[in-house]
Amino acid sequence: MSETRALTLVDVCRSFGPVQVLHDISLTLRPGEVHALIGENGAGKSTAMKIMSGYLEPTKGQVKLDDAPVRFASSQEAEAQGVVLIHQEFNLADQLSVEQNIFLGHEKRRGLFLDKGWMQAETRRLLDRLNCKVSPTARVRDISNADKQMVEIAKALSRRAQVLIMDEPTAVLTEREAEVLFEQVERLKAEGVAILFTSHKLDEVKRISDRITVLRDGHVVAQGMTSEFNEDQMAEAMVGRDVSSLYPVRSVAVGDEPALEVTGLNVPGYARDISFTLRKGEILGISGLIGSGRTEAMEGLTGLRTAQGDVRINGKPVTLRSPQQAQAAGLCYLTEDRKGRGLLLQKGMRENLTLQALPEFTNWLIDHKAEDAALTRAIADFDIRCPTREVLVGNLSGGNQQKLLIAKIMLTEPDIVIIDEPTRGIDIGTKQQIYEFIHALSAAGKSIIVVSSEMQEVIGLADRVLVMRLGTIAGEVSGDDMTEDKIVRLAMGLGATRQEAI
Amino acid sequence: MTATETQPSRATRGVNLKVLGPILALVVLVIVGAALNGNFLSAANITNVLSRSAFIGIIAVGMTFVITAGGLDLSVGSMAAFIAGLMILVMNAMLPVMGPGWPLVFVGMLTAMVAGTLAGFVNGFLITTMRIEAFIVTLGTMGIYRSLVTWLADGGTLSLDFGMRSVIRPIYFDGILGISWPIIVFALVAISGELVMRRAAFGRHAAAVGSNDQVARYSSVNVNRVRMLTYVFLGILVGVATIMYVPRLGSASPSTGVLWELEAIAAVIIGGTMLKGGFGRVWGTVIGVLILSLIDNILNLTDGVSPYLNGAIQGVIIILAVILQRDKKAES
Repeated sequence: MSETRALTLVDVCRSFGPVQVLHDISLTLRPGEVHALIGENGAGKSTAMKIMSGYLEPTKGQVKLDDAPVRFASSQEAEAQGVVLIHQEFNLADQLSVEQNIFLGHEKRRGLFLDKGWMQAETRRLLDRLNCKVSPTARVRDISNADKQMVEIAKALSRRAQVLIMDEPTAVLTEREAEVLFEQVERLKAEGVAILFTSHKLDEVKRISDRITVLRDGHVVAQGMTSEFNEDQMAEAMVGRDVSSLYPVRSVAVGDEPALEVTGLNVPGYARDISFTLRKGEILGISGLIGSGRTEAMEGLTGLRTAQGDVRINGKPVTLRSPQQAQAAGLCYLTEDRKGRGLLLQKGMRENLTLQALPEFTNWLIDHKAEDAALTRAIADFDIRCPTREVLVGNLSGGNQQKLLIAKIMLTEPDIVIIDEPTRGIDIGTKQQIYEFIHALSAAGKSIIVVSSEMQEVIGLADRVLVMRLGTIAGEVSGDDMTEDKIVRLAMGLGATRQEAI
Repeated sequence: MTATETQPSRATRGVNLKVLGPILALVVLVIVGAALNGNFLSAANITNVLSRSAFIGIIAVGMTFVITAGGLDLSVGSMAAFIAGLMILVMNAMLPVMGPGWPLVFVGMLTAMVAGTLAGFVNGFLITTMRIEAFIVTLGTMGIYRSLVTWLADGGTLSLDFGMRSVIRPIYFDGILGISWPIIVFALVAISGELVMRRAAFGRHAAAVGSNDQVARYSSVNVNRVRMLTYVFLGILVGVATIMYVPRLGSASPSTGVLWELEAIAAVIIGGTMLKGGFGRVWGTVIGVLILSLIDNILNLTDGVSPYLNGAIQGVIIILAVILQRDKKAES
């Protein structure tokens, strides 16, 4: 592999509307080196990767390929220059064969027809290079996740990738499958490919990367050779910031009576043996990595997924097989996916606001006046900023959508609210407002569960934090033990405490 | 027609045109019809057009809900033929026992309503509980009902007993104050449909399910129940339409109700309901039905254009309506 290329970002900034998500990012991917990009969710990793691979353009700053500034108009243009991004979600056509996928859009022709023989031989060669045994004619839907990852890499290699960017390549792989991937990463590295990858698994980062860049809130907060960091230092760099003023001071005392008791909740395939108690007026945090089963456990609890377990509300046993039953029992779940599951983007605010509590507004016919009054109240109570009352919800900003979603849930007057990722993708000012709403709800006697991947958020908001890992509750921290360090260690399975004192 | 075609592209306020488009088209058609033939606006012709529209119209109101909730039903035409056949067979069979008279007519009506409800339930069950694509399920049931009616009629025609025909005739030909029953029933179905779509929780839920069924599910809407009900309501309305239809000819044959499903779907789309679901309006469907039957009527009354071109003109109208819908979406 004589051709090698280095990709550099120089002082790259990126804004989405008024929100700046990247601030002066500089980093270099060198041939024959594995670079790990780590940071909390929302730190700006994905945006940085998209800028490197031509999916987004920087608002300011430069992308350089071998010291020459480049401007990729599209991801195709970046691929033509040898820069390929492999998405976290596989970008493969399930019904097509491995070979058809690898050459999709770049089919080799001989005259009018496809040169199948050549493409199969080439596929075989690429897969051999990756030491992957899968047949070129196998259908992609029939092969394992690890093989799919290999096919993605083979596809990248067939485009002559010299810079390979991988977004959480191991997130969907088992440990053994990840092992196979790492061997191939080593091999590519030896061939002079420049590789960047992201991962939440710090042991992996330590093992296979040569160099690390840590992002926090869109800034590079640490950069250096991997040998200079241990896992604890990485975790500290990822989360260490002072945002104490972001969270309101807890002013109400938590009651002693249990509002919700969950015993041995199993959500097949996602979570098992989840047991906890939520007290009246309490804010309970649930933390853990993406994929640790937090969301699925809560969806199982509220009847959105098949689940078994013993649930008591105010001491009385309840059966929650559907969200309707949960709502009737005074338990509501506010989804993390506000665009896909929370709001009807093509509809107006009024219809969205009252959808969940529609029976309250219906007496044979829907009472439009009452709906309008509810919207007026919601706009005032939750400070929803909208150009007009008739605006389509899809045209509201993320923060205002989130406020509307909270208003919508609160119309059902639940006693217990589960809020999943209350502030994902929301600017810091609105975050603060939402934290105040959550505190106000708790002060009004509601019991609240906050699920979040942002450690800061659960610590700042909650009275007590449960940490989930691989579908089970790995531990609970409260009071002075509620530190990011402890939570990160529980979430990553490092054991509850470090050797030396904190 | 040119007036309605060119205005949307110039219009900057999409909302007005979204509402006015189908109405304008209808008005233009009425003006064209009146200009071409003096008899067009006569009471007899208007009654004729409206009575004939009633069958498709009643079905199309139900179809509006199905499509709004993100579904589709291709089986309604064959379903109507099958129910008509069944209704005739039941009445003929009961005739020796009950004799000709209104009690027997009610038995026939009951048969149609029950059969329609069951047929709608079967479609809904396969689509919701068994999770099969609506297109496939109703394509299947469409073939099944069509074949069943052909089999029941042994390839020919099922005819209602001659004595019964004169008893049942008034359902199609009589009415109150000169307005025939089919028109009255169509009007009632349309008005209550519009009310349900606009002001009842069910209409709101149907639109929510069609817009994004996940959001609906997470908002404690019983998605399967809503979907199921849209198909059951449609089945009931097919039963109602059949009750209006049987008295007209007193017979059912394998060619009864052919292409009704496509006419009903076309009327719904012309009326401004989105084919992919999420938004529906019943009054638009009514206008869509009227547009389709007026085109037919005008071509029959005038010599200029061959009535054989009816299908072509309707096709152009349907495609135009969808193009206009797309323009409106881009503007909003």
